[in-house]
Amino acid sequence: MNASPYILETEGLTKGFRGFTAVDHVDLRVKRHEIHALIGPNGAGKTTVFNLLTKFLTPTEGVIRFNGKDITSAKPAEIARMGVIRSFQISAVFPHMTARENVRVALQRKLGTSFQFWRSVKTLNRLNDRADELLDMVGLSRFSDAMVADMSYGRKRALEIATTLATEPELMLLDEPTQGMGREDVELVTELIRKVSAGRTILMVEHNLGVVSTLCDTITVLQRGAILTEGNYTEVSADPRVKEAYMGKAA
Amino acid sequence: MNTKLAYLIAFALLLVAPFVLYPVFLMKLLCFALFASAFNLILGFGGLLSFGHAAFFGGAAYITGHALKVWGVPTELGIVLGALSAGALGLAIGLLAIRRQGIYFAMITLAMAQMVYFFFISADFSGGENGLQGVPRGSFLGLVDLQSNLSMYYFVLGIFVLGYFIIARTVHSPFGQVLSAIRDNEPRARSLGYDVERYKLLAFVLSATMAGLAGATKTVVFQLASLTDAHWHMSGEVVLMTLLGGLGTIAGPAIGAGTIITLQNMLASGPLSSWVPVVLGLIFVVCVLLFRRGVVGEIQALIRKSF
Repeated sequence: MNASPYILETEGLTKGFRGFTAVDHVDLRVKRHEIHALIGPNGAGKTTVFNLLTKFLTPTEGVIRFNGKDITSAKPAEIARMGVIRSFQISAVFPHMTARENVRVALQRKLGTSFQFWRSVKTLNRLNDRADELLDMVGLSRFSDAMVADMSYGRKRALEIATTLATEPELMLLDEPTQGMGREDVELVTELIRKVSAGRTILMVEHNLGVVSTLCDTITVLQRGAILTEGNYTEVSADPRVKEAYMGKAA
Repeated sequence: MNTKLAYLIAFALLLVAPFVLYPVFLMKLLCFALFASAFNLILGFGGLLSFGHAAFFGGAAYITGHALKVWGVPTELGIVLGALSAGALGLAIGLLAIRRQGIYFAMITLAMAQMVYFFFISADFSGGENGLQGVPRGSFLGLVDLQSNLSMYYFVLGIFVLGYFIIARTVHSPFGQVLSAIRDNEPRARSLGYDVERYKLLAFVLSATMAGLAGATKTVVFQLASLTDAHWHMSGEVVLMTLLGGLGTIAGPAIGAGTIITLQNMLASGPLSSWVPVVLGLIFVVCVLLFRRGVVGEIQALIRKSF
């Protein structure tokens, strides 16, 4: 089963909303240990594909396979437990908890004590070292006790990545990880993604072509819900149809 | 450290209180403090506004009253039965309501609680408009007669401390951490692999059980279970107590309940007696407009700012 070089595959993935087809028979293949980008002009269906893959939307047609296993009708929490973890377009953190608690919530699931309301929260302290390690990895070790609501946007994003890493995902799905960031934060997050990609597969939706060109091994270009082309950055950027798609949008 | 000291002082004060204040008033205060703390578990820490908690408070009140009066079970068993029935009712209502959010959750819980209310109006055993009167207090473990208000007070204090501890522990447990995460960002908690509905359901059942414990104890204190306990006013009052004291703080709801009960008592005997709801309404408006975090929440915010 794992002989396949692809960790995630879709076949004929389709999603229609009341007569409008947002995603139209997409066959997407994500290779293991690659950073794969999904790009395309606005309204190309990137986020819809993303939500289908993470099970926040149900496809009208088609099959999604993770490691050869059909996950088309799995629930979001189920695929999360299988090792597919997503990020969100807006920073997905728990604002009224500290940074360390944020990471720890992701770590504690594996302890299997999360329904135990009679135990002290101190039983989670054995996860603190691992949590601090992860915070250190994303450069947040100074903020482990800070209330997340008070942290800057870039740091929240970094924290989100640390939390995602805590679940040791096989496949990370990042939804526009650099959206709304200044150049400095973009560089920071780009570096971070490169760092955490070791031994993992990452599929990301990204607008910033600079980030895509430096980071991604394979790029899939979507247009009007269908795949326009696929390849590495040089191939894709040389494709006249891609230029047209983007220029057409600018005009 | 400081919190521990505060709790010790509060506990010491509660120990001597019945020698200064009327014990029945204090017992009422403790019952409602427990009720509000239980309610806070689902609103403050679970982020779900239940508008039907009177069903659990009143339901347990009737079950305990019936068990003590008709079946003649020991007092402790009667209270446990009341609390557990409230928990079972919480499970039934929760299974229906927990997938809904915001106003829909509030409306479903309100509708279910109204059904419970009308059940108690029409059922034979509940005594209709008269309620269940003359419920015997019995004794504690067959040793201490609870007819005396003073011994009854210490019995109630024991129940309150136990219930309060269970609630505080739930908040500060591995489960409480997940619950806070769900309240803060539900889709994210889901994407980390948590089946959020199950966590919310457990919180709801725990909250219902503890609300039931409060209602059951109240029946024993007043030897009465009445329609007031199950009326939707009761559901509204507990929201007010919780918001006034401080939503999502551990001690807030108890303090809010204490304030409201004390005010009701003071005003009831004065010239404003018929204006009690108006005064409480005004307090609610002031609270929401000026100090939204509630008494305890504002104090905590002040302390955090000054450090």
